[in-house]
Amino acid sequence: MSEKNNHAYWQANLRLMLVLLVIWFSVSFLAGIIFVDFLNQFRLYGYKLGFWFSQQGAIYFFVLLIFVYAWRMNVLDKKFGVSEE
Amino acid sequence: MSAQLLTYLFVGASFTLYIGIAIWSRSSSTKEFYVAGGHVHPVANGAATAADWMSAASFLSMAGIIAFEGADGARYLMGWTGGYVLLALLLAPYLRKFSKFTVPDFVGDRYYSQAARLVAVVCVIFISFTYVAGQMRGVGIVFSRFLEVDINTGVLIGMGIVFFYAVLGGMKGITYTQVAQYCVLIFAYLVPAIYISIALTGNPLPMFGLGSTMVDGSGVYLLDKLDGLTTELGMAAFTSGNKSTIDMVFITAALMAGTAGLPHVIVRFFTVPKVRDARISAGYALVFIALLYTTAPAVAAFARINIINNVDGMTYKDAPSWFSKWEDSGLIAWRDKNEDGVVQYRGGNALQPAKPAFTGERGSSGERLLENSHSAGENELYIDRDIIVLAHPEIAQLPNWVIALVAAGGLAAALSTAAGLLLVISSAISHDLLKKTFKPDITERQELLFARIAAAVAIVIAGLFGIYPPGFVAEVVAFAFGLAAASFFPVLLLGIFYKRMNKEAAITGMITGLVFTFSYIAYFKFISPADNNPDHWWFGISPEGIGTLGMLANFVVSLVVCRFTPPPPAEVQALVESIRVPSQKTSS
Repeated sequence: MSEKNNHAYWQANLRLMLVLLVIWFSVSFLAGIIFVDFLNQFRLYGYKLGFWFSQQGAIYFFVLLIFVYAWRMNVLDKKFGVSEE
Repeated sequence: MSAQLLTYLFVGASFTLYIGIAIWSRSSSTKEFYVAGGHVHPVANGAATAADWMSAASFLSMAGIIAFEGADGARYLMGWTGGYVLLALLLAPYLRKFSKFTVPDFVGDRYYSQAARLVAVVCVIFISFTYVAGQMRGVGIVFSRFLEVDINTGVLIGMGIVFFYAVLGGMKGITYTQVAQYCVLIFAYLVPAIYISIALTGNPLPMFGLGSTMVDGSGVYLLDKLDGLTTELGMAAFTSGNKSTIDMVFITAALMAGTAGLPHVIVRFFTVPKVRDARISAGYALVFIALLYTTAPAVAAFARINIINNVDGMTYKDAPSWFSKWEDSGLIAWRDKNEDGVVQYRGGNALQPAKPAFTGERGSSGERLLENSHSAGENELYIDRDIIVLAHPEIAQLPNWVIALVAAGGLAAALSTAAGLLLVISSAISHDLLKKTFKPDITERQELLFARIAAAVAIVIAGLFGIYPPGFVAEVVAFAFGLAAASFFPVLLLGIFYKRMNKEAAITGMITGLVFTFSYIAYFKFISPADNNPDHWWFGISPEGIGTLGMLANFVVSLVVCRFTPPPPAEVQALVESIRVPSQKTSS
């Protein structure tokens, strides 16, 4: 039972990680570097959009991703009964 | 009060604070010395991680690089922050659950091998020493510029301070001084940025000021204004980049994976009480770091505008005092090509070769004469990038206390990083080499003594690097990341996520990544520097970004070797199972 439970917990963890890492890759490598010239034709206030992602936006997303991960993992910890409390 | 007196006051007060904290938080056990007893609050650990992480390079150099490179500077902004996502999701919680003292500890136990542990120790020491030498040099430069003491005296004072709290306090002392140092450095970075942001855009938040309109009544956005100014003067537009996309991708990836693999950052997550604290603590660390990193591009753009507006078309005889002061220290140079006595600031290098060499004589306007020959363009001005953060408050004519504050902040950034690195070196020697390898029978008291001696010796060596900088240090510091990315990151990641991963694969992988990355960098930097251009790079990847390719090679070699060698023993597989779960209640 415990082994099966741990396995399910681990799978749920991997799924969450994968989703967050896809966002991580999109805001930095895709929006900030690979498609930066394309995005630069749009504006965000005084910023060109690609420039904003590469020098500001990606960093805000990174912070958000870690807090979402910490929050969702605490929920998973409780759900699978592996929380440290 | 004069700026210099205020600087003495601020630097003295901050040093007194650090020493006071060190005395209050002495370590009495190895656990306290290595990981601060494992009960640092996640927010405090976040601040300490941020100070540990943000070095003299982040504080002094990064905005300068962005100011002159514009969009290409993004590789540092994203690379040095994106790594924390990898750290928080892929490494920190699991290494915390493992709950040992050092990175080689994990490598040695996970790969059931003293050889793997030794390879890891060598990597740790090599990476940390190249990095720490730059910090001590940074300390010396701030001292010499602002307190007008000799660079070497500055290094000695810095060594003395770090010696005091690293040797006495160990990780516990370092952690709480780093919290204080974070407060000093972020305050010192934000205050001038806010002042200048208000002056240029009327917006008090530099990260929003960068996207606002100028206050000069023109209604033009600041970045558009800067793009206009730069292209008008024949320079590359600020918001456009020069580097190829593939090189940007590889450099950014190397900096990210390197950040996640740097031992002095990882070890900070051994100091919090729980797995959940390790996750959230990485988030706090990144918030604290992001505060500086989102301000840096604003500082860069503001500085570029202020420099262009103040310097281009200025008659040399009327130059402000900061201009001649930095010219005296050799970081600004002017060659009056058209002999009109007026500074023309344009695109391209002013001099050939690009770095100035002074003859020791003065020209007709009073400028320092140069041995360099003319370069093709009209540009007459050389400005060293590293002075941007230090000089900008003076250029923008901010009050003296702000200028003094910047000096204290630069010192806080350099000292906090140096201390974290020295602790990693000391624990690698006393714990991994002595206790775990050569002298397993030493007592806890002896190990603690050895840890202190090792820290003391490491400080002396780091100081010597600062006083007699080998020419290659500056070149190599940036590559500590490539090496960390190519060696540690894959080994740690596979150790957690691939249960079948064994010692043969780990050792061959680490050595492949390390040797490949090191050779590529050594070839282009030392053996054949003339070939260091995109025509000769593999796939157009610069030595700065080659760590990513080394990392991929490490992954491939590891996975292949792993297929042909026996799986790890059952107890190691059980260890992997256990670190994946924060806490196992009795069988349910």
